[in-house]
Amino acid sequence: MKPFDYQRAHGLGDAGQLLVAEGAKPIAGGTNLLDLMKLEVETPTALVDVNRLPLGGITPHGEGLHIGALVSNSACAADPRIRGQYPVLARAILAGATFQLRNKATTGGNLCQRTRCYYFYDLSQSCNKREPGTGCAAIGGFNRIHAILGASDACIATYPGDMAVALSALDATVEIHGAKGDKRMVPVRDFHRLPGDTPERDNVLEPGDVITGVVLPAPPGGTQLYRKVRDRASYAFALVSVAAVVHLEEGVIASARLAFGGLAHKPWHDPRVEALLEGQAPSDALFDEAAALLLDTARGQGSNDFKIPLTRRTLKAVLREATGGTL
Amino acid sequence: MPITINGAEHDLDVDPRTSLLDFLRTGCGLTGTKKGCDHGQCGACTVLLNGQRINSCLTLAVMHDGDSVTTIEGLGTPDAPHPLQAAFVRHDGYQCGYCTPGQICSAKAMLDEVAAGWTSFVSDDVAGAPKLSEEEIRERMSGNVCRCGAYSNIVAAIAEVAEAQA
Ligand SMILES: Cc1cc2nc3c(=O)[nH]c(=O)nc-3n(C[C@H](O)[C@H](O)[C@H](O)COP(=O)(O)OP(=O)(O)OC[C@H]3O[C@@H](n4cnc5c(N)ncnc54)[C@H](O)[C@@H]3O)c2cc1C
Ligand code: SF4
Ligand code: FES
Ligand code: FES
Repeated sequence: MKPFDYQRAHGLGDAGQLLVAEGAKPIAGGTNLLDLMKLEVETPTALVDVNRLPLGGITPHGEGLHIGALVSNSACAADPRIRGQYPVLARAILAGATFQLRNKATTGGNLCQRTRCYYFYDLSQSCNKREPGTGCAAIGGFNRIHAILGASDACIATYPGDMAVALSALDATVEIHGAKGDKRMVPVRDFHRLPGDTPERDNVLEPGDVITGVVLPAPPGGTQLYRKVRDRASYAFALVSVAAVVHLEEGVIASARLAFGGLAHKPWHDPRVEALLEGQAPSDALFDEAAALLLDTARGQGSNDFKIPLTRRTLKAVLREATGGTL
Repeated sequence: MPITINGAEHDLDVDPRTSLLDFLRTGCGLTGTKKGCDHGQCGACTVLLNGQRINSCLTLAVMHDGDSVTTIEGLGTPDAPHPLQAAFVRHDGYQCGYCTPGQICSAKAMLDEVAAGWTSFVSDDVAGAPKLSEEEIRERMSGNVCRCGAYSNIVAAIAEVAEAQA
């Protein structure tokens, strides 16, 4: 690990000031950042410890909830309001990592875990995300876990998180404190970026920004599901995941909120698919149409071609379950 | 402020790069906690931080002044073993023993999580009260890898202690 200055932020203003410095990074649970620092993939010159800032707790917010940025993944998934009223979020969190990691992982840190692939970890390989302009070893290489939607010629990595996929389906909002003391609200759906020609930027945060929390809208009700397909039954990242909040009224899909993990550089949300389903009676033919629309621009890279049929089948299984059919 | 480890206070006068795991092993001479992967992937380094299980390899010692850590040495001794330690011996819940301190610390916290009502990904009802089945134990212990594959006996040892506590 490269040497760094360790600083503890004592207030939000203080954190913003420390974080505008070149090479400074916030550290919360440390479970992603330290992993990457040990390999010298991340080399901050200053670490700003945000753990003692007053950003804990889950509190009522309008008709919804405000989840503090320092609320651990475990505490969030164990909260009776989250489990009872936003089960898709509790299930998505519980699908990620392990109890040990979730005890340390924070809401803010989880959102900002790096979009990445195994070449990103390997300093001997070219990677535009780690070192802009060096190329992408995954294109034409081993790319089983890589993106089928929204990729670019610069980077085909996928956002690996589970929690943010549920937050995208729920249309939650990220609350950000800027270096100048300003506060911004960014929908989770716009928080992460597609790679384009700047894959080194995973999300819209600017230097000095601190995430202070996530706001959930009013409980959406309906049937809420999180299905994660992975190489082993526990403790593995998603190949494909689907978060769904579906309302059925008198045999017709009144609304369907869907988000997808493992497909792209960000949690994937396609309003066209939701619009197609709305007002329709559930049927296999309808679900096929929805999957075809979701995947109309999908492109495999070779080893990940299987993700296209896998996504189709996973979406159909989720829609069948959500509308009361059998699996 | 110092850090409290198994009830004793220690000064945190270390290079900021020192992981909590390295601090425990080399700074405090508590070598019961093991280093497997050093990247959060195996669970050998599991300790209790303020009562909750964490991977001590993925956190910095300097971040923990004022915190309280319990390692395997603090759970029990050969003369007065923790019920989980005794059950692991009774059920042969190990072969080489390298993963065992992490398994036992993890299992201790896991039983506390169940008692606190935490559900897991395999719970039928995420909002309901958890019921500890074999499937639940396996899911909840998936952060502790055993290269010797002693899983069946590990699950049996934990299930026995869970039943005795119930
Ligand atoms: C073995 C392993 C398996 C895993 N499996 C999964 C999985 O299946 N699913 C899944 O979703 N995740 C998984 N994870 C990732 C894990 O969920 C993340 O590492 C964790 O959520 C990150 O949170 P943290 O608080 O530890 O972040 P940190 O490591 O502290 O920080 C991560 C990033 O966020 C930034 N940051 C932190 N807090 C803030 C803030 N308040 N404002 C602005 N920036 C901030 C940091 O600067 C850093 O860039 C796994 C991790 C490991 C090690
Ligand atoms: S896919 Fe992205 S992260 Fe992976 S090697 Fe290519 S540029 Fe790097
Ligand atoms: S040594 Fe910490 S998880 Fe492997
Ligand atoms: S007993 Fe050898 S690794 Fe578990």
